[in-house]
Amino acid sequence: MTGVLTLYRTSVGKKVIMAVTGFILVGFVVFHMYGNLKMYQGPEVFNAYAAGLRELGYPVFGHEHLLWLARVILLVSVVLHIWSATMLTMQSQKNTFANGVSGMRRYGEKKRQTGYAAYTMRFGGIVIFLFIIYHLLHLTFGVVGYGPGEFKHPHGGEYEVYSNVVIGFQNPLISAFYLFTMVFLGFHLYHGVWSMFQTLGLNSAIYTRLLRGLAVLIALAVVIGNISFPIAVMAGIVGPAA
Amino acid sequence: MKLTLKVWRQKNGKTPGEFKTYQAEHISPDMSFLEMLDVVNQDLITKGEEPIAFDHDCREGICGMCSLMINGVAHGPKQAITTCQLHMRSFNDGDTITIEPWRALPFPIIKDLVVDRSSFDRIIQAGGYISVSTGSAPDANTIPVPKPDADKSMDAAACIGCGACVAACPNGSAMLFVAAKAAHLSFLPQGQVERYQRAVNMVMQQDLEGFGNCTNIGECSAVCPKEISMDTIARLNRDLIVAALKGIEPAAQPAEARAG
Amino acid sequence: MSEIKNETTTRTGVRSVEFVKSLESKAPGGPIEQRWDKHRFEMKLVNPANRRRYTIIVVGSGLAGSAAAATFGEQGYNVKCFCYQDSPRRAHSIAAQGGINAAKNYRNDGDSIFRLFYDTVKGGDFRARESNVYRLAQVSVNIIDQCVAQGVPFAREYGGYLDNRSFGGAQVSRTFYARGQTGQQLLLGAYQALSRQIAAGTVKMFPRTEMLDLVVVDGRARGIITRDMVTGKIERHVGDAVVLATGGYGNVFYLSTNAKGCNATAIWRAHRRGAFFGNPCFTQIHPTCIPVTGDHQSKLTLMSESLRNDGRIWVPKKKGDTRRPQDIPESERDYYLEERYPAFGNLVPRDVASRNAKQVCDEGRGVGPGGQGVYLDFADAIKRLGKQKIAERYGNLFDMYQQITGENPYEVPMRIYPAVHYTMGGLWVDYNLMSTVPGLFVAGEANFSDHGANRLGASALMQGLADGYFVLPYTVANFLAGVKPGGLSTDHPAFAETEAEVSDRVKRLLSINGKRTVDSFHRELGRLMWDECGMSRNDAGLRKALRRIPELREEFWQNVKVPGDGGELNQELEKAGRVADFFELAELMCIDALHRTESCGGHFREESQTEDGEARRDDENFSYVAAWEYTGNLAKPELHKEPLVFEYVKPSQRSYK
Repeated sequence: MTGVLTLYRTSVGKKVIMAVTGFILVGFVVFHMYGNLKMYQGPEVFNAYAAGLRELGYPVFGHEHLLWLARVILLVSVVLHIWSATMLTMQSQKNTFANGVSGMRRYGEKKRQTGYAAYTMRFGGIVIFLFIIYHLLHLTFGVVGYGPGEFKHPHGGEYEVYSNVVIGFQNPLISAFYLFTMVFLGFHLYHGVWSMFQTLGLNSAIYTRLLRGLAVLIALAVVIGNISFPIAVMAGIVGPAA
Repeated sequence: MKLTLKVWRQKNGKTPGEFKTYQAEHISPDMSFLEMLDVVNQDLITKGEEPIAFDHDCREGICGMCSLMINGVAHGPKQAITTCQLHMRSFNDGDTITIEPWRALPFPIIKDLVVDRSSFDRIIQAGGYISVSTGSAPDANTIPVPKPDADKSMDAAACIGCGACVAACPNGSAMLFVAAKAAHLSFLPQGQVERYQRAVNMVMQQDLEGFGNCTNIGECSAVCPKEISMDTIARLNRDLIVAALKGIEPAAQPAEARAG
Repeated sequence: MSEIKNETTTRTGVRSVEFVKSLESKAPGGPIEQRWDKHRFEMKLVNPANRRRYTIIVVGSGLAGSAAAATFGEQGYNVKCFCYQDSPRRAHSIAAQGGINAAKNYRNDGDSIFRLFYDTVKGGDFRARESNVYRLAQVSVNIIDQCVAQGVPFAREYGGYLDNRSFGGAQVSRTFYARGQTGQQLLLGAYQALSRQIAAGTVKMFPRTEMLDLVVVDGRARGIITRDMVTGKIERHVGDAVVLATGGYGNVFYLSTNAKGCNATAIWRAHRRGAFFGNPCFTQIHPTCIPVTGDHQSKLTLMSESLRNDGRIWVPKKKGDTRRPQDIPESERDYYLEERYPAFGNLVPRDVASRNAKQVCDEGRGVGPGGQGVYLDFADAIKRLGKQKIAERYGNLFDMYQQITGENPYEVPMRIYPAVHYTMGGLWVDYNLMSTVPGLFVAGEANFSDHGANRLGASALMQGLADGYFVLPYTVANFLAGVKPGGLSTDHPAFAETEAEVSDRVKRLLSINGKRTVDSFHRELGRLMWDECGMSRNDAGLRKALRRIPELREEFWQNVKVPGDGGELNQELEKAGRVADFFELAELMCIDALHRTESCGGHFREESQTEDGEARRDDENFSYVAAWEYTGNLAKPELHKEPLVFEYVKPSQRSYK
């Protein structure tokens, strides 16, 4: 335990928290995208999927038990992810701002020599966080983005998520916002997935290309999958239930 | 060639600095970048002005003393070389060149383009060595070292401690420097005994000096004149996690940081 | 003494005082292979509990300095170590490329301690002390062990054992190497050992601190005066012994392969305080450097000698031939080394290759801008082995060449020219590496060294580490055991006096406010030294230099312009102090070169050559170390001679025909 505390005291320790919580969140994002593909199988399958999620782990776990466990883990992960990011950002800013002259950037001129994705992590992270809040208010709670009565809350174990999604994405402004944030999610995943392995020390000269490839794959899969939903709705491929 | 230079001038660590513009005339493409600055300085001295202070020594890319942020890139536009190895043929007649010092909290400016990098020395003092006293070594061939390991160790050991990694890092992190030393020693059988303790001690000292943290951006490796790989950082991270599992604590009180 | 020599000495006003003051080498007698062991046993020891009461000052943090400071620290002494760079890791030892010799005989190819000793004495053209050289060969073996244990990543074979190569024309493979960065890796090993002691509190490091004078109290070296290069503060440091490991003085030539900051101030100031200067004229010129491109040139870059293994050296037969090299037909090329030295060809020793390059360039057949260069052509090797193989062997060097010159050596022949690389001369030391000032020890390139009149490739690193790790720790202890620790404070009048002199000098340099920059003086001095005291020397030229140097020095002190003030980082002030000392040293080098009318090793006197233009050594008259004493008059130093006795290696004339 003392060793773990020592690690925690270092900047790398906070990075490890980022990586581990990031791993959980990546897992969620992939699962979330994959599950939503059921939308293409029509309202019955999709709505049944939503209902089925509540029964995960049956018969050992009861109604919504595992789902709540997952929610708690995800919530803790998000909090820790943001907290460690804040701590690390503050450490870096203290360093890089201190030597500049007040009112001046660190360098008069600075050229980027590597990929753009890594530079979007902090800003992109904020965008993604705001998006998550909107997304929950929108498709989960139905308090924004719907006309009166358009959003159908679950009742009696029946879920109308299909109709909610279709109606929700028929608003072009909302769809555009979803598409826009997915760009940041893509960058975040592309850098984050590789970075996670790097931080956990699982990267090496042999694996680095493989892991970069994996990062591209996950980022592309999630982004393409996710943007397909609003596009499909807007293009009428996924339409209101007959 | 004729060039316009925008150079950071700062009298000392306590006085704020500013950019000043100079005209560099009669520059030959065969000159090295530092020789170009020599020419400018000779001019300034003759005119009765203070020459631009910059660090340099071997002028063959190995001592690690030269620095300079040139047009926003550490060690200038060409890859895998130091500023002293950069030649003026890499620029065009009439160019404007911005020249700045390394900027990071643990690298306080001493004067103009000269910074204090003694924080790097203190990181090495915190554990960047193998504890062997003179005279106690066994015959050199007692322990064979697999050639691939020796080669990887040498790749990391090529670090010249110039600080470009810190200068280029948006976080001002020294992880590439720390990781290069850790990898140099951890790839060798002789370095195994203190491997995890060394990793902990050096990273603790790095944090204490006020360097930023690594967010795996890769600017460090991109500007590194010796092309040290980011793989070394992953390796150091792994060693730190193993150290945590082994319950290793920092051996001694880390040396007091002078900066910060 | 020959008649001619007598004339020479009178005309230059050198007082020859042979046998008046004998220089005791303190080398023990008996069989050479037992001398060091015997001496080690006979030397006195310091009780471990007493060691921390002794302070040892180490100036310089290169291989010799770092190694010595670290080892003293490990032994428990109180050490203060100084370097002018911002970190001890930057000392110029770091730039050595090729390798380090050691008589390990891992190749089973006939190497032995005796053979390394023999090769070094012979390679040095019989101007080194046998006992010292033998000891060097003996401890070379321990150096490799120590460095491997420290984590120096030497090149390995596939079996995991250490790789060796043959270097500089040696007949055995005894050179250990770490790619082309051997010096760097060895220095980092020593730096790490030093860092460990700094952390342990036994060594206090003073980076960006320059030694400006030696403090001698009652005839003993007791401290130094330094300048903090950041704050400009002049400080006093007291110790029980002072070790100078400040490197060579090649920068007296302005252009050399030395780092820009390399200087002779520490050893020169010590010389002025009574340390004799040994063989100052012995300088080594390296044949394979990248030629000068213009007046802006600030330093020269060395390329590994290994290039001569496959490259062919030539110049056009016709004078002033300006055709592109590829347009010059085979029949109009002069492969002068292959023709003159059929047995060794392009692999003749450094001094021979350098001299011949100068000769063809002086004839007007040099190539490139200014005609100061010869071709090193890989066309045949590429044809024979393929571009791939050449790239494998020399890829890094070719890239470096292209980076500097902008020419592609795979397509156009390289241009090379000799450059000053190493100085064999330095402060005279006895077998214990102690100078003529008791308590002042000198190590590495700074001493007059074990290399005689010419150093073999891969031997500089060996000597630096031998002195630092394995010689000084014994001999300094022996000295300390004979003196009481401490007992002196920096308030002693000698400190105040020396500090005042240093401060006055700094003030004087800042107050001249003349018209010429320090660099312009340094360049002019360098040019003069290169022309008259460089690759080949003659009576008339040296006399000319001896007239010109004092004039130039006078002008320097009247007309130099040093901007800024002394209380801050002032790089021009640093340079000015160093150049002022170079002026004085340059004069001594010329005096020494003039008095030594023989040719030996790196010192080629045009008057002393065979019919076919080869160096002719004169053992009858010059088989001695010339140790010069400062008399207060720079033009009239006093010559002392340490006769050299060769019991094991019989002097013979070198021949590479």
